[in-house]
Amino acid sequence: MLAGSGLVALLLVISILAPWLAPYDPGQIDLNNVLASPSMEHWFGTDQLGRDVLSRMIWGARISLKVGFVATGVAILIGTVLGAISGYYGGWVDAVIMRFVDIMLCFPTFFLILAVIAFLKPSIWNIMIIIGLTGWMGVTRLVRADFISLKERDYIHAAKAIGASDARIIFLHILPNSMASILVAATLGIAGAILTESALSFLGIGVQPPTPSWGNILTAGKDNIDIAWWLSLYPGLAILVTVVGYNLLGEGIRDILDPRLKK
Amino acid sequence: MMIPLLLGITIICFFVMHLAPGSPTDLQTEMNPKASAEMKERLRALYELDKPVHIQYLSWLKKISRGDLGTSFSTDRRPVAEKIMERLPVTILISLLSLFIVIAVAVPIGVLSAVHKDSLFDKVTAVIVFIGFAVPTFWLALLLMIFFGIHLGWLPVSGLRSLNYEYLGFWEQWVDLLKHLILPVFVSAFGGLAGLSRYMRANMLEVIRQDYIMTARAKGLSERNVIYKHALRNALLPAITILGLAIPGLIGGSVIFETIFAIPGMGQLFYMSVMARDYPTIMGILLIGAILTLVGNLIADVSYAVADPRIRMS
Repeated sequence: MLAGSGLVALLLVISILAPWLAPYDPGQIDLNNVLASPSMEHWFGTDQLGRDVLSRMIWGARISLKVGFVATGVAILIGTVLGAISGYYGGWVDAVIMRFVDIMLCFPTFFLILAVIAFLKPSIWNIMIIIGLTGWMGVTRLVRADFISLKERDYIHAAKAIGASDARIIFLHILPNSMASILVAATLGIAGAILTESALSFLGIGVQPPTPSWGNILTAGKDNIDIAWWLSLYPGLAILVTVVGYNLLGEGIRDILDPRLKK
Repeated sequence: MMIPLLLGITIICFFVMHLAPGSPTDLQTEMNPKASAEMKERLRALYELDKPVHIQYLSWLKKISRGDLGTSFSTDRRPVAEKIMERLPVTILISLLSLFIVIAVAVPIGVLSAVHKDSLFDKVTAVIVFIGFAVPTFWLALLLMIFFGIHLGWLPVSGLRSLNYEYLGFWEQWVDLLKHLILPVFVSAFGGLAGLSRYMRANMLEVIRQDYIMTARAKGLSERNVIYKHALRNALLPAITILGLAIPGLIGGSVIFETIFAIPGMGQLFYMSVMARDYPTIMGILLIGAILTLVGNLIADVSYAVADPRIRMS
């Protein structure tokens, strides 16, 4: 938990302070210094256009976090609304929504993301939205389960008896009880979204160069695999550390908010 | 249950794809200054792209029901079914091999770390598993290529066959293929390892606490017997479902590692078709992917019944 929040906080600081932290301009091309191995001037070396890899990674942190937060936000929003409706109303509404969840779950999601993004222009907004649109199913199941068990409680019956509207009961009386599990799902979801974005950028249909992202630096790493190991090693390490951070944080939050789940 | 699911999946894909801006004919005509508006129209009519989306979907569905996946939009104009079929075995082979490795490695790890909870082994595997969850597989692939392929020079880094494959003897051909498969299979298995071993550990811990395990111990059965006969079988049950759910991940992952390792499988075909906006091939692969997933789930359900007598009864 401590380590997780520390890592996440560190990344936030790095991405906010990117313009001041980065030793070089991430887009500054230096053709006299192409694919230079790590040195005192360029700690993580330079890429195929002589740009400083460390600076590009620091700016790339911004992209990763942005994608992680927005994509997860979209997923949580859809998942929560559908889960709440499904769990609260039950009946055929529930049946339709759950079938839809089944369809989305038994689908090779990455195929779908790839297809859609390649057809739309691969802009960062499209990527964030598509990752969000394909990642809400788990949240829906979580929220639905919470709603089903909570809607029969006495205090809900009491709220109904005094004439509270459905929306009021859903958002003010039941949803706050699901916040713990939603928060955990969100934290773990950010990690997943960052992984997906990096894979897409790596395949060349995510964040487009010259905008630096960890995934597209790795593409350069693959192209120069036999000469420039630093292009492959460091950005991947950054992804790894970030995802570990969010996973640790997510599990930590779960333990704090819901001691029953503690192993 | 499977048919409506498949219908739902294909409808979603078809509409998403066709409603997206741009058209496959753009790619073919954009670069050609001689292409007139009339010619573009003819091309669209040839691909049946001039009709409304729902009509296109119905005509696609009609063809599918006759087992015809259509003709590829790419310049070779070959039947989609043929293109997929020549690539499917490779992808399935790699998926099955990695599934086998996942089971063979993750189950013992999970069981051992549960049985020896809080031991050094348990703690070390916990850390490895945690990192395993977070490693981007394509990055792992790159590192392995650099280390084993370039630094040590032990393993080939791309394709399925060496250049001199034709001149090798029978056994050497097998060894050659095997060498090409080691890295891709390991990379595609890696993602599943962490999940399943974690899951097995949790199940096993749950099972060991049950009364019937205490009964088995009370009867005086050896610890070995208790763990591997009474506990393991019950802990394996839920894991079967997880394996069924792992199949979309394996198939989806094939795009990544087949592209990295230049393996001529379905994932690579998908990547190329997406780039070329080859609608019929994309739909075909999505359909096959969905069918494979559903079949995987079905197999999981059936093996669940085989492993659990309670389900067979009801």
